[in-house]
Amino acid sequence: MQAVSDELAFLAHKEGDSVAIAVRDVEPGTGSLAVLGADGRRQITVAEPIPLGHKIALVDLAENTPVIEYGEPVGLACQDIAAGELVHIHNMRSAKWQLSA
Amino acid sequence: MAAERLTGYRRPDGRVGIRNHVIALAVDDLSNAAVEGIAHLVPGLVPIPHSYGRLQFGEDLELTFRTLIGTGANPNVAAAVVVGIEPAWTDRVADGIAKTGKPVARLSIERHGDLATIADGARQAARLLQDASEHQREPVERSEVMVSIKCGESDTTSGLGSCPTTSQVVDRTVAAGGTVIFGETTELTGGEHLIAARCADEAVRARFCGFFDNYMATVLAAGVDLLGSQPTQGNIRGGLTTIEEKAFGNIAKTGSVPVVDALEPACAPTRKGLNFMDTSSAAAECLTLMAAAGAVIHLFPTGQGNIIGHPIEPVIKLTANPLTAATMAEHIDLDVSGLLRQDYSLTEAGDRLMEIVDRTVNGRLTAAESIGHREFVITKLYRSA
Repeated sequence: MQAVSDELAFLAHKEGDSVAIAVRDVEPGTGSLAVLGADGRRQITVAEPIPLGHKIALVDLAENTPVIEYGEPVGLACQDIAAGELVHIHNMRSAKWQLSA
Repeated sequence: MAAERLTGYRRPDGRVGIRNHVIALAVDDLSNAAVEGIAHLVPGLVPIPHSYGRLQFGEDLELTFRTLIGTGANPNVAAAVVVGIEPAWTDRVADGIAKTGKPVARLSIERHGDLATIADGARQAARLLQDASEHQREPVERSEVMVSIKCGESDTTSGLGSCPTTSQVVDRTVAAGGTVIFGETTELTGGEHLIAARCADEAVRARFCGFFDNYMATVLAAGVDLLGSQPTQGNIRGGLTTIEEKAFGNIAKTGSVPVVDALEPACAPTRKGLNFMDTSSAAAECLTLMAAAGAVIHLFPTGQGNIIGHPIEPVIKLTANPLTAATMAEHIDLDVSGLLRQDYSLTEAGDRLMEIVDRTVNGRLTAAESIGHREFVITKLYRSA
């Protein structure tokens, strides 16, 4: 049986962001998500361990689509990413610096 | 809550400092040994050695002079002992500082040697230190206490917690009629349009965009990009993935007020409000330029734990990363990791930072001051002759 904890697991900067940030080390299962400045929390599915400070995909992200955080594009998915997966340098890159990409 | 009364040292030029340092300032790398020697004999002195000051030319030389003169002129400095290898450049720095009306002793090493210079410098320094010890704190206004901000070793907790907390103090300081400086040209990449949109008028916007475009051109002219250094390995370990993501976290500390001016490095602001300054994002280089522009207290949000201090400008460090707060406590002045657990509101976090600011203004030592962090690094624009 999976433990359902209301201890906050993720914070998103804005409603509509495609990623949220782990506010503690989070194990696979479900985790509680809040959005900065908004009331209420909801449970989301966590597909793999997300360490403190790292990002989880809140929606499916196709390769080469922008990743939205702070309500702004902060880079591109460089492979398909499923909701619940870790988003970091292995599957996301800058849209600014391309020379050595 | 904010202190009922702020106190500081009002200098002869009218500016307000929150510390009462007497410094021994090297004009050039060759004079570091004499500066350290004087400070060894007069332990209350703050020595400021550095790595440059010889065979520089053009804009690069002007920036070094501006940095050295600005550091001595900073109102956290009561008096200065200026030491250089030869008299002409020593005079230029000493004269620049003396324009503020504060006492300045000057020594040049050629035709005297280090030992005579140290003995002479120590005698003058001891007297300056005794005289400075009689300066009294007096009531000052928040609008007179110039603040600078720069974050470092950022991670995603910076954008979620420590930077928005800093924003609270930026907005409150500007609302009180104060002056705040931010910089870090490179670390705005991807969010530069947000700063451009906040510029108070077209002239400021043109200057800001000029600084940013110039930096981009410099990077491109080198035939490289900054993927290897931006974000840093520390940033990446903390969860940051791209320079754009880092930029939005960085900008989250600049408050919601307009950008009233865009300044050359180490130039003193002339307008109240939030000023942009064209600086490196390397902590010691950036802080050295901001202190040289006259900032007397610095707010430094950190994620993974940057440990920066400055010889004369107190640096308040805050973090929202619970791991950093727990493992690097001796470097951290304020732990706002409760924001990540939603234990308290951003306004409450702002209240806590404001209280630390006020206590620091009134004389409480920062963590960096208590353990002796005194980083001072001159920004070099290009190689010397």
